[in-house]
Amino acid sequence: MKKFKVVNNKTHSVCGQAEMMGRAVYTQDYEVPGSLVLKMLRSPHAFARIKKIDTSKAEALNGVKCVLTYKNVPHVAFSRAGQGAPQPSPIDKFILDEYVRFIGDEVACVAAINEQIAEDALKLIEVEYEVLEPVLDYKTAYKSKNVIHPEEGISQAFEMGFRPKDNVAASYEMEVGDVEKELAKCDVVIEHAAETQAQAHAMLEPHTCNARLDEHNRLVIYSSTQTPFHVRRIMAQTLGMPLSQIRIVKPRVGGGFGGKQQFHGEMFVALVTLRTGLPSSMIYTREEVFASSYTRHPMYISMKIGADKDGTIRAIDCHALSDTGAYGEHALTVFMIVGSKVLPLYNKVKAVRFGGRVLYTNHVPAGAYRGYGAIQGNYVLESAIDMLAEKLHMDPVELRKKNSMKEKETSPIFEIMGEGTKGTAMIMESCKLPYCIDRGAELIGWKEKYPRKQVGPHKVRSVGCAIAMQGSGIPFSDMGSCAITLQDGGFYMVRCGATDIGQGSDTLISQIVAEELMTTVDKVIIYSSDTDLAPFDVGAYASSTTYISGNAAWKTAIKMRERLISEAATMLEVKEKDIIFDGKTFKAGNKEISLFDLSNKLIYSAPQHQVAVTESYIGHVSPPPFMAAYAEVEVDTETGEYEVLDYVSVVDCGTTINPMLAKGQVEGGITQGFGMASTEEVIYNSKGQLLTNSFLYYHVPTCKTIKHLTTEFADSYEPTGPFGAKSVGEIGIDTPPAVLCNAIYNAVGVRINSLPITPEKILKAMKEKEGK
Amino acid sequence: MKLQFFLNGTDVVWDVRPDEYLSNALRRHGIFSIRVGCDESICGSCTVLVDEKPVLSCSVLAITVNGKHVTTVEGIQEEVARLSHFFGEEGANQCSYCGSGMAIIIHALKKEYKNPTDEQIRDFMVGNICRCTGYHSQFKAIKAYLAEGK
Repeated sequence: MKKFKVVNNKTHSVCGQAEMMGRAVYTQDYEVPGSLVLKMLRSPHAFARIKKIDTSKAEALNGVKCVLTYKNVPHVAFSRAGQGAPQPSPIDKFILDEYVRFIGDEVACVAAINEQIAEDALKLIEVEYEVLEPVLDYKTAYKSKNVIHPEEGISQAFEMGFRPKDNVAASYEMEVGDVEKELAKCDVVIEHAAETQAQAHAMLEPHTCNARLDEHNRLVIYSSTQTPFHVRRIMAQTLGMPLSQIRIVKPRVGGGFGGKQQFHGEMFVALVTLRTGLPSSMIYTREEVFASSYTRHPMYISMKIGADKDGTIRAIDCHALSDTGAYGEHALTVFMIVGSKVLPLYNKVKAVRFGGRVLYTNHVPAGAYRGYGAIQGNYVLESAIDMLAEKLHMDPVELRKKNSMKEKETSPIFEIMGEGTKGTAMIMESCKLPYCIDRGAELIGWKEKYPRKQVGPHKVRSVGCAIAMQGSGIPFSDMGSCAITLQDGGFYMVRCGATDIGQGSDTLISQIVAEELMTTVDKVIIYSSDTDLAPFDVGAYASSTTYISGNAAWKTAIKMRERLISEAATMLEVKEKDIIFDGKTFKAGNKEISLFDLSNKLIYSAPQHQVAVTESYIGHVSPPPFMAAYAEVEVDTETGEYEVLDYVSVVDCGTTINPMLAKGQVEGGITQGFGMASTEEVIYNSKGQLLTNSFLYYHVPTCKTIKHLTTEFADSYEPTGPFGAKSVGEIGIDTPPAVLCNAIYNAVGVRINSLPITPEKILKAMKEKEGK
Repeated sequence: MKLQFFLNGTDVVWDVRPDEYLSNALRRHGIFSIRVGCDESICGSCTVLVDEKPVLSCSVLAITVNGKHVTTVEGIQEEVARLSHFFGEEGANQCSYCGSGMAIIIHALKKEYKNPTDEQIRDFMVGNICRCTGYHSQFKAIKAYLAEGK
């Protein structure tokens, strides 16, 4: 591994201390005191048409400043997905609409001088609904007589199979080779199907935003968003405003995980502030975060895998159905990832097929969520691989090693499938997956522990494994940029569009700049994600930050170093090539000048100009991080309860720019994925109401959930990444459902084919098996 | 109504509504370390000390602290700065929305036990949700912090 001074070395989060000490750093802390408080009247029906809405009593209430309904807001369809242009999600949402499509959908928005008056005003709004029959099961939603989006004016930016009259938000089909023919030739074929639930992001900071007009009469919005530049663009289009009149500022964000890629209250605070001239603020309640923001797409995925007797996998056939809920945010792109970031793991197949539909239902809309289809696909594929291993009488670790991706290899899927569009062919320049598999097996003690050990009268210990891959941004789509200015006093001001949502991008970009300029992180002052002051970046999604934004920062820092040498050469009257710069001093023969003196002279004496550079980066490939994961579990055969004793992750994400933060991404992802696998049960009642709408009913992992996490990184270097890095934000979340499912099977011989894997399901399956 | 109490050692008198929660009253007076995560007494981000005992400020009425001592992160800045160093060492702060509440609970843990066992540490932390880190790094940071100077 190459030797670095700042990157790949321990560096504390640049904001962690101030945040912990309670400074005013989050969106809510920037709210103008006395701002109007926004509250939303939400639909009590899963599907209804507003026949009549009377807001006169609410408007007459003293302290109410504005009431918005579908009758007085622009009727322009947009997508709340928060993606680039052209948007790869259906354009199927109106700011407010005559139809409401899930319990919790927006009916009317009240702005009042305080929360109590706003709440009181909501009760004074009279609504008469025509209640419509909802569609609550995505498996029967296709061509249902109940059409969720019958309205005019909705569209798709390009052909994505959007057929609203059939309740289809998007669909996709692909095939490489002839799957049927290959499967027919196989010695062994296994079939498997499983279902995943609508996991909640449950970030600790609720969705929040606030607005005011500035000294130029421009609209300024502080928002807890992952995509400030997309919010500005889509807001300008939808409200019919010039882009120049909007500024979006993203302060510190209290977690996103994809949930804040989409719009939340931004359109409403914008409209209220534009109409009243007064500052306004909207903070979701926790119930609103659960029941009125976004979830992970629930899916039903079926797989057929065929192999030769010797364990060579010849063909994979994958079909999926996805539930996008009431609106189509990320319908197509999440769906495609089920194939494109899962199936290439087994790249030696002769044929592979993937396809299916994304359906509208009258449930809480699904959207972007860390893992983004890969966790759903991984659960089903990696369970199926274990089933295949059993049928072949092979060790599942050996079967994976034999068939999985290796360095300098590729998969035809990369070229065929992108995110919404065609993909990009690429060779794996860095892939230490074989090492990850071996090292993980060693750390968990696979040889000694597989498949199970009886450790008590009704306690069994077992191990399970899975492998995973993700990506590093979207090639030819995701763009990041960075600007660096040299300040007098000899330090650097870095402005970048990369969006820190807690994952630590401000810290790792500071490290990248400091490494290239041979300085320390304290000499690099970073300011990010403000559409007025920072250059463009797509935002925090698609595991793009380390790779895309990191490369942009690296390019910019290289340019700054060249520029500094040129300035020093002029000042010392020597040739550029004769200058040696060590980060502090420029030397050429017996002449020298310090960076400190150079920076001061540049500003205050000759030549008196500002040294500033800016660069952008667009990915041409999306090098996947890879990992192998293993868990040891102890299962109580009397109750079905289980405990995870250790979860081992061995990850190849190239160079870890910040090893501790990279570890944090993996371990945080593992724990969140384990929540989806084990406790995060989602329950709707028969009317379509989300019952698990509080932390009381929706159980996220606590510090007692996983006893131990063992996380290691492979020695790997990605030649196209900044200092050899790949992204690492999502990969951690992908494996827990499959690992747990496999470990439980190895322990007690039952395979749980729906998430979460609860003791109840395990025990029931065990009883059924005994009964047979 | 009038509320008199000791905020981080200072005698203060505030006007509060009878139905106002402590979290709201504190934030309204610029105590920004109060991060309200759930408003339903589960997540722990709004934890403060009332007479040295940890309390979820989103779920107690402001008026109930009349005459009492309330401690927030603003009142133990040096201690939190030190604790955050250990969090930094382990990469245990990501979004940090849970961080101030976590700092208060660790302060209380330190007061309660001289040498807490792993189980006792987990029992104290279990009511403070962190969705980012997976807790392992936080747990290590807390152990290192508690071990300091021993």
